[in-house]
Amino acid sequence: MSRATLLTPLRVPTAARRLPWLSPWRLGGLLAGMAVLLLAAGLAAGSEGFSLAWGDEFGLIRAIRAPRSLGALAAGALLGLAGALAQGLFRNPLADPYLLGSAAGASLGVVAVLAIGGLAGSAMGLATAGWLLRLGLVGAAFAGALAGVGLTLLLAGGAARPIKLLLCGVVVGVLMGAMSDLLMLVSPEALRGKQVFLLGSTGFLGWHSVALLAGALALLLPLAVRFARALDALVLGEASAASLGLALPAVRLLLVVLMALATGSAVSQAGLVAFVGLVAPHLVRRWVVVTHAPLLALSAAAGGVLLLAADVAARSVIAPQELPVGVLTALLGGAYLLVLLRRPGALV
Amino acid sequence: MTPPPALQATGLLLHLGGRPVVDRVDITLAAGQWTALVGPNGAGKSSLLSLLAGLRPPDAGTVQLAGRPLQAWTARERAQRLAWLSQQGEAEGEIAVADVVRLGRLPHQGLFGAPTPADEAAVQAAMAETECAAFAGRRLSALSGGERQRVLLARALAVGAPVLLLDEPTTHLDAPHQRALVRSLAARARAGAAVAAVLHDLNLALMADRLLVMACGRLVADGAPADAAVRHSLVAVFEGAFSIETLGPAALPRWVAVPAR
Repeated sequence: MSRATLLTPLRVPTAARRLPWLSPWRLGGLLAGMAVLLLAAGLAAGSEGFSLAWGDEFGLIRAIRAPRSLGALAAGALLGLAGALAQGLFRNPLADPYLLGSAAGASLGVVAVLAIGGLAGSAMGLATAGWLLRLGLVGAAFAGALAGVGLTLLLAGGAARPIKLLLCGVVVGVLMGAMSDLLMLVSPEALRGKQVFLLGSTGFLGWHSVALLAGALALLLPLAVRFARALDALVLGEASAASLGLALPAVRLLLVVLMALATGSAVSQAGLVAFVGLVAPHLVRRWVVVTHAPLLALSAAAGGVLLLAADVAARSVIAPQELPVGVLTALLGGAYLLVLLRRPGALV
Repeated sequence: MTPPPALQATGLLLHLGGRPVVDRVDITLAAGQWTALVGPNGAGKSSLLSLLAGLRPPDAGTVQLAGRPLQAWTARERAQRLAWLSQQGEAEGEIAVADVVRLGRLPHQGLFGAPTPADEAAVQAAMAETECAAFAGRRLSALSGGERQRVLLARALAVGAPVLLLDEPTTHLDAPHQRALVRSLAARARAGAAVAAVLHDLNLALMADRLLVMACGRLVADGAPADAAVRHSLVAVFEGAFSIETLGPAALPRWVAVPAR
């Protein structure tokens, strides 16, 4: 082929979007550094502005700010991981973790518990019902998210055909949404509770949530990374990946389940936080050219940093008032996507 | 005892939308030979290739890889022995060129295996053969159509399989790279592989060891380009849109397709 080299005109190298000094490892270090700084900010950010008098506020920090900040980091990481999995699985840079019915399922679960709680509250006293509700909401959101994805998988007859899977996800979303609406007609007070929970909020995160989220992350991230090479193969297309000897339906099913578990655990603790899962993998891909194994890990790190940053901002922007963190992430994420869309050919 | 043929298909039948797209086709691909599969649009070339690659089950008929039915191989064993390159358009992603080519070694490594020096050597050789090494670090999505096709071709070559099935590998390639492709197909065959490629460029196809001419799902001619009957049916299935002229000395003739006025 040396002759062909001679005959091919010289090609001027195109400017890479990648920053030459930013290797995947450095990006990981950078994200870790940002996480540490943001954690410090998260410990200091109170309803009366930032405070560095940690001795006086130790109780407050331990009971509220520390679990809240760590929880935001872990929930964001799970969403980032789920987003990267979704985009790899569906070979679509705009896929997000809520695609396969998990969002609608979580909403339905929450609304169902609130509606039942509303009825029960009049029977057994508000305090008992409130406590049951808090416990029930988390479980219901998790179960609902998994049920949504499970129903989608069932309707699609497994994970062999991604287009069918996506369409079934849409159908499940519509059906479960309609059921939520119906329940809210019967029990109007469920509407308010649903709004608070599903806007996405880091305000309810306690040590229990931190343990749960960190446990889920420690289990799901290594598993997903282990199977990441299948997502690399999917870049070639369905048939080519199959021609490489991969048992695609089984591997895809496993990855869908991992995605559902990551999404479900994050949603159950922090509600439907918007855009973190969509944007985190985008940011990573913009900065470095990597295969899916580092992409999954870095997306988790980026997701954690994003949600923690949004949480710190949500607490301090209009302190002593607090913004729902989901509104902030939606605002920032939407703005980011808008910027991306305005760059010609950049949205890949 | 002679070894079994590299790939042998008998009585292949495939219906799509109630229409037979592959209609009772028998093919034997021998090691050491490169075969061009030609025919008009919709003749069933790609469908036939995907049946041969075992990517879909035929409605009837069997495919044997090295004397064993395709289904009797595990998916991974089969992938080590049979490489398939799809028609372009499907590959889409942000991973680096070298990592795309490395996927060709997946059948040897398995999903969890680490690359060996032999794997990396095969990857580098395939990138050198298709001239991808210069942009090994770029993203797949940042390449031109021709560059991308070379990368995907390198991926298929990196498998190092004794059977190589390529669906329109010359798409988007400029003339020097088309020639380079034909040379490397011939070289792979000389090295003992059975190579079959669906080709639209008839002048490239006429350089093959053997021509398979398809029309309406059927195999209508099978033989060397030197065979006048094969050339005749080639012109016939394309409705006389071109004529085939003989060039060069009688001892070493070449054939070219010249579009009819």
